[in-house]
Amino acid sequence: MLSFKDSLREKAAWLRGGRTLQAGLIAGALLSGTGLATPSFAEEKVVTAVMHSGLRVIDPVITTAHIVRNHAYMIYDVLVAVDETFKPQPQMASWEISEDKKTYTFTLRDGLKFHDGAPVTSADAVASLKRWGVKDSGGQLIFDVTESLEPKDDKVFVWTLKEPYAPLIDTIAKMSALPPFIMPAAVAATPATESITSFIGSGPFKFVEAEYQPGVSVTYVKNEDYVPRSEPASWMAGGKVVNVDKVKWVTMPDSQTTINALLSGEVDYMEQVPVDLLPILEGSDDVVAEVRDPLGYQTIGRMNFLYPPFDNVKVRKAALMALSQEDVLGTLIGNPDYYKVCGAVFGCGTPLEDEAGAETLINGGDLEGAKKALAESGYDGTPVVLMQPTDVPTISAQPIVAAQALREAGFNVDMQAMDWQTLVGRRASQAKPAEGGWNLFFTNWGVPEINTPLINPMLNGRGNDAWFGWPTDEKLEALRKDFIAAETADDQATVAKQIQAHALDVVNYIPLGQYLSPQARTTKLVDMIGSPVPVFWNLKKED
Amino acid sequence: MLGYILKRLLAVVPVIVFVAIFVFLLLRLTPGDPAAIIAGDAATPAQLEKIRASLGLSEPILVQFATWIGHLVRGDLGISLISNIPVTELIGQRIWPTINIALLTICLSVLIAVPMGVIAAWKHRTWADYAVMTFSVLGFSVPVFVIGYIFIQVFSIQLRWLPVQGYTAPGDDFGKFLSRAILPCLTLATIYVALIARMTRASMLEVLGEDFIRTARAKGVGETLVLFRHALRNAAVPILTIIGTGFALLISGVVVTESVFNIPGIGRLTVDAILARDYPVIQAMILLTSAIYVFINLMIDVAYSLIDPRIRY
Repeated sequence: MLSFKDSLREKAAWLRGGRTLQAGLIAGALLSGTGLATPSFAEEKVVTAVMHSGLRVIDPVITTAHIVRNHAYMIYDVLVAVDETFKPQPQMASWEISEDKKTYTFTLRDGLKFHDGAPVTSADAVASLKRWGVKDSGGQLIFDVTESLEPKDDKVFVWTLKEPYAPLIDTIAKMSALPPFIMPAAVAATPATESITSFIGSGPFKFVEAEYQPGVSVTYVKNEDYVPRSEPASWMAGGKVVNVDKVKWVTMPDSQTTINALLSGEVDYMEQVPVDLLPILEGSDDVVAEVRDPLGYQTIGRMNFLYPPFDNVKVRKAALMALSQEDVLGTLIGNPDYYKVCGAVFGCGTPLEDEAGAETLINGGDLEGAKKALAESGYDGTPVVLMQPTDVPTISAQPIVAAQALREAGFNVDMQAMDWQTLVGRRASQAKPAEGGWNLFFTNWGVPEINTPLINPMLNGRGNDAWFGWPTDEKLEALRKDFIAAETADDQATVAKQIQAHALDVVNYIPLGQYLSPQARTTKLVDMIGSPVPVFWNLKKED
Repeated sequence: MLGYILKRLLAVVPVIVFVAIFVFLLLRLTPGDPAAIIAGDAATPAQLEKIRASLGLSEPILVQFATWIGHLVRGDLGISLISNIPVTELIGQRIWPTINIALLTICLSVLIAVPMGVIAAWKHRTWADYAVMTFSVLGFSVPVFVIGYIFIQVFSIQLRWLPVQGYTAPGDDFGKFLSRAILPCLTLATIYVALIARMTRASMLEVLGEDFIRTARAKGVGETLVLFRHALRNAAVPILTIIGTGFALLISGVVVTESVFNIPGIGRLTVDAILARDYPVIQAMILLTSAIYVFINLMIDVAYSLIDPRIRY
């Protein structure tokens, strides 16, 4: 009987003749895939970047998502842009203000062209500003006092106000959440509640629609027709000089995979590195981990003003006293190099920074004071429905620390775990907390999104028209009007101090400090500019 | 046979209708709001309501259902609420990586697992059998992401033989496709090899004890023929079932492996859609998955009759 082993041996002998050839073919195929066996021609400079999330929406007016804003900065340009000193600088346009401060005349600079070759005209700018003004809260305030906004000729347009609005230039220069990006007038004619379907900008990169896969990858190629300004790049302002041919954003759901890809040279840049994974990169000579956004994020707690117990300012104050920023940030980030205790509602490191009213928050909390304040508030043990998102690492720790502190102070906390999207749906509900509503949740903001009273979403006291939590606060609204009327930076700072003190006094929201988000890049990428918004102009990729 | 296949295909219709109704209602009863995801963190309630209205989400559920069914019977799966791209286009972008990885994995698994199972049964209670069983237990017990990370660490980071992540279509560059597909396929195959080898061994053990095997050996038939023509063919029905089910599981998406190796397959598409409450995409994916399962089960049933003449429909 022929054994199975013998049978295999016979077949092996038959196959042996072709084995060398097969091995060579397989090795060739594999190596060609890795790039190890093929000669490197390296004419095209491609930067592969892993951003903090996948791009799925590509209309920068319909959403405030950071990834969409970042995408928009690639393909669109803005009229005015803020530099690293927080000052607005001309980008597509320069401007003049009339004596009575009610007429702004903008003049587009030479050489502006859309990606289809059409020149950028003042009609495009006007249509884009009007669409933006429907959606952006700062834009809405300007349009509330707008008499007219019309093109004068192809290069000049005039914005006439019913009354002076000092922060107009600051508002259209802001880098977040919704900067006014300039699109062709025909595209900007799309209602602000509907997504645009044409993606032609005039920015330094062109969007490659054929290669776009929502949530997977997006490709940009250099706009050869773009004429950069002559000034050096500074945050969103200055010359946007593109030194690479192509930038590809790839979505990777797993941070460990991204780090592995960075270490193996398959990826050039990682926008957000989890702090606990940084030690893996520290031993590499080919990768640099660094902080290039000096402002980072503010983490906050927001209460529901419509229902007990947080409709009572004394209870809100007791809750604020119970919390310690150090406890929250230590649990959330861990490494003190990447967080900063900061009680300023406008963020630390900004022109309006002030920490009045946040003394207990930044000094470890006052548990005994909180217990006393809660006892005196008339709190009757009403459960505090605290929403805890379990699927977003940057927001999952705060509710746990806060729940513990509030319980120690005497609150009856009902912490409910859910995914983030359930939370964002539920926080829009004005139902009673026991009937599908809520009392408290936590989130994070990029500091450029909260650094003035006009853009900070929480500092809106217009009741049902305010941000989730819906405070009705006439004094806050009056102070915001004072800020609009303030003509100098010093005057603005004075009003901002009053808003800071008032916001903490009524506990409009609870600022829980700032944290920084480290990034990582291959050492081949050089001259990347630091900025709260990651940008791909100016940088070079070395061979 | 043809009548049987037609009957089975007709039976798909009520299954799909039931799944469609169930999924639609389930999603509408799940908390979450696609408008909130589209609008971002700074949107006010009034802005959210406007977006909801523009997406048709403010309509009564029955109206939404009728609209969706109306489109569905015309073969229109709708448009993604989030990316504003037709669902068929999204699925078209994402299904090929999944199909290619699944095919390669299942081929690899069968090629490795069936001989392993046969050897284990043939060399019952020897070191070869114990080795196969040990591998099966390990392969089935170690989480897939651990296996994936180990492969990446060894073959990509240390040896630098293969890329860490990514996917290239075989039509674009077959070499690149292979180099990028090997590690995820090996990772997935570890589980399926364990599963199929174990099933093959058990099934073969049963058949090898039958009288006709003893008769074949007594007549002097070679051991290879005994094992692979007589025994394996008779043991094939349960093996085929496990291969078919495994293939259906792979086709429906393997989220963890897709995430670890950054493969843009339908598993990630489905999870992303669920997280974003992208109703048309979720509905389409669940319908597609149901259809795949029904179709693969039908294929398995048809294959039974091809390999076992006793089974007739």
